[in-house]
Amino acid sequence: MTQGDPLVRLDRVTKRFGDVAAVDDVSLDIAAGEFFALLGPSGCGKTTLMRLIAGFEQPDKGRVFIAGVDMTDVPPHRRPVNMMFQSYALFPHMNVEKNIAFGLRQERASRAKIAERVAEMLRLVQLEGLGKRRPDQLSGGQKQRVALARALAKRPKLLLLDEPLAALDRKLREQTQFELKEVQRRLGTAFVVVTHDQEEASVMASRVAVMRAGRLEQIGTPAEIYARPASRFVAEFIGDINILKRDEEGTREIATAIRPERILLESDAGGSPNSLAGIVDDLAFRGSDTLYRVRLESGTILRVLAANSGGRDAYRPGDRVHVRIPPEACIPLSH
Amino acid sequence: MRAGASLARTGMLVGGFAFLYGPMLLLVVYSFNASRLVTVWAGFSTRWYAALTQEAQLMASVRVSLLVALLSALIATFNGTLAAIALVRFGSFRTRTIFAGAIYAPLVMPEVILGLSLLLLFVALGIERGLWTIVAAHATFTMCFVTVVVQSRLVGFDRALEEAAMDLGAGPARTFIAITLPLIRPAIVAGFLLAFTLSLDDLVIASFTAGPGSTTLPMRVYSQVRLGVSPEINAISTLMLAVVGLALLFFAALSRQRGD
Amino acid sequence: MGPASNVRSGRNWLVIALPYSWLLLFFLAPFALVLKISLSQSALSMPPYAPVFDWSDDLRAIIEKLSALSFDSFAGLFNDSLYVESYVSSVIIAAIATILTLFVAYPFALAIARSSSKLRPILIGLAIAPFWTSFLIRVYAWIMILKDEGLLNRFLLSIGLIDAPLGIFATNTAIVIGIVYSYLPFMLLPLYAAIEAQDPALLEAAADLGASPARAFLRITLPLSMRGVVAGSLLVFIPAVAEFVIPDLLGGSDTLMIGRTLWNDFFLNRDWPAASAAAIVLLLLLVAPLLVYERVQLQDQEARR
Repeated sequence: MTQGDPLVRLDRVTKRFGDVAAVDDVSLDIAAGEFFALLGPSGCGKTTLMRLIAGFEQPDKGRVFIAGVDMTDVPPHRRPVNMMFQSYALFPHMNVEKNIAFGLRQERASRAKIAERVAEMLRLVQLEGLGKRRPDQLSGGQKQRVALARALAKRPKLLLLDEPLAALDRKLREQTQFELKEVQRRLGTAFVVVTHDQEEASVMASRVAVMRAGRLEQIGTPAEIYARPASRFVAEFIGDINILKRDEEGTREIATAIRPERILLESDAGGSPNSLAGIVDDLAFRGSDTLYRVRLESGTILRVLAANSGGRDAYRPGDRVHVRIPPEACIPLSH
Repeated sequence: MRAGASLARTGMLVGGFAFLYGPMLLLVVYSFNASRLVTVWAGFSTRWYAALTQEAQLMASVRVSLLVALLSALIATFNGTLAAIALVRFGSFRTRTIFAGAIYAPLVMPEVILGLSLLLLFVALGIERGLWTIVAAHATFTMCFVTVVVQSRLVGFDRALEEAAMDLGAGPARTFIAITLPLIRPAIVAGFLLAFTLSLDDLVIASFTAGPGSTTLPMRVYSQVRLGVSPEINAISTLMLAVVGLALLFFAALSRQRGD
Repeated sequence: MGPASNVRSGRNWLVIALPYSWLLLFFLAPFALVLKISLSQSALSMPPYAPVFDWSDDLRAIIEKLSALSFDSFAGLFNDSLYVESYVSSVIIAAIATILTLFVAYPFALAIARSSSKLRPILIGLAIAPFWTSFLIRVYAWIMILKDEGLLNRFLLSIGLIDAPLGIFATNTAIVIGIVYSYLPFMLLPLYAAIEAQDPALLEAAADLGASPARAFLRITLPLSMRGVVAGSLLVFIPAVAEFVIPDLLGGSDTLMIGRTLWNDFFLNRDWPAASAAAIVLLLLLVAPLLVYERVQLQDQEARR
């Protein structure tokens, strides 16, 4: 790899299944050591994109470079990337150690090296002592760790993770998010994680690509994408949002998006020109905050999130309120 | 009402199993009958089993049957497994419908037709009939059973396992040997046993394709059965039932242990 | 998400070629031969037929011979009342036996499917275990039972229920009993699979909506198990039509079933063209049920993919 080459470069890659373009003319660079997330609803092509990098699919058009080398026609077993499967795909007829050792044995590593690396991996995922267990004797969380250890055992420059947390329950998922981050930081391996959960992507990834119908909608840090969504699709997919339609300029429909937590709820207008009158339609108490549905005089319903900081009484359905929208909270959307 | 339903269910189960196993049980019981008159009980005896060992022809046919079953089951397992892989893994290739049809057809094809057509083939090719013609015939009609058994295992096979192996650096051949084969092995073994049993059992196809020196056990038993009920047949039948029964018990215990 | 593609699945055409050529040689080619011989004249030689085609014939000779093809064997079939009656009685006996098997197997399969989930695999295993034992022996057991001096008659006579033997042996009734008994596992397995796969909540929902158990069975369980009924019935009917062992051992000398007639023509009368023609007609008779069965099989297989 020459200096400056990205770890992965997708160059105008297209992959069709029948008439459907699962990946449609996508170009993308992923740098060494970064934690990258492919985010999108199911069917958007994110898994296909990852399988193109792993080598399980071959593009109809475009090239795939890994560490500066054209890998488009290289089969998966000769690519320097490893993958953690959504189903974990642990070999049921091998114990944990053998699963972890499988990749090393393919490159004919010495017995001593294999033993050493397996022990190291078991330590890394905190499964010391479980090496002799078979996959069906493990809990869901333990299986996930074995899958991670197995995929990392060959020290790949890039690890692909297909919905790594989908099979875990909620509590375990949050804990595992931080553990994955920790492992990634410690090893310096680039991680590409595929997920449909925007919260998961935001928590873990340093950079996120939002996909829709085979195309990349937006790439940026989680904060950038949240604050400045490039399209209405991204705005609605990432977090909660209000979309207000404005007058049409020519043929282009212009909309404005406002995050619910950026709207202020007040009992009187206070003379502000950005204040609108409305009635509380309904509310949902959510612990640290409360989500209000406010019906404006125009009939539009706004979602407003107010922190429950205490001190002031909450509004109740039917209360007359004023909403104030700071101009800088308005996100213009062109499409 | 619940009690009534449960009673009806128990009754049905008892009746059903009595019907299935009663006749075989009678066969076993009367094989220990001292009398030559099969249906008149005259006390316990094992004399008919002792008599069996004197029958050289019978013993020879047992050898033929076992040899035919072993060889034909090996061929059928090989071909049938390949066919299952082709059907499940190769998606739709051009002659898939014909292929699938040709594989499933022997499953339901009447034995008389299979036997007759194979005999005509051997005659037309000028092949002298004997042990090998029975082997070929049996390997043909048992192959589809192997295919069905292996196929059902392959259909439920998680392809991600093979992808994971490739992802970790194993080539296609290595992946097949290290991952696919061990995981479908129970189905292959089951298919082999099924082919073996079916071959051991077959009368009709063997009768068509056998030569003078290659009489199988069912052919020998059949020629004696035609002459009427005899205590010797009861004894040999009991032995055959016992072998199958023990084999089934053994494999039931084995699969239980493995938790399949 | 992305459908598993076949890229690099290492399609090795040998995998198809080996089983395919085996089937071609030992399954498809023989059928061509049966057809060919059924169109030959019978002859008193070895092999007992005068070939129509010789592999060495040139095209002209073949065309000449085609024009002189012998349909004698087929004409013989239809003129010979023995064959026509064999066909008709085979179908009738097989149909009656299939229906009876269904009536025996359905409640049995239902009872097994409704047992506790622990017991179920053991019960279904026991129910199909006889399939692994010798067919011949199972049929033989019924000779012992049904004969005039057999166990059933002796038992009934001894308890005074009858004064003379029933005379079931060597009748079509005996054949039907033999078929029901021998083919019961073939019917049981698809029925059990179809019933067991049903969500038990369906019956609870039906009961909750006011259906009596009988109505729930008729409107829910039975329709949902139709696939099993069809598959099981075909699995019994098709081989039963062509059955040889059962009519030969349990039937009388006047019993006509096509499998046995074919066998006798072949081994006793040594009329190979007639036997071949019988086989072809038998096959034509079974083409429709065979195709239906294959369709059900393929659909099942596609559904599971």
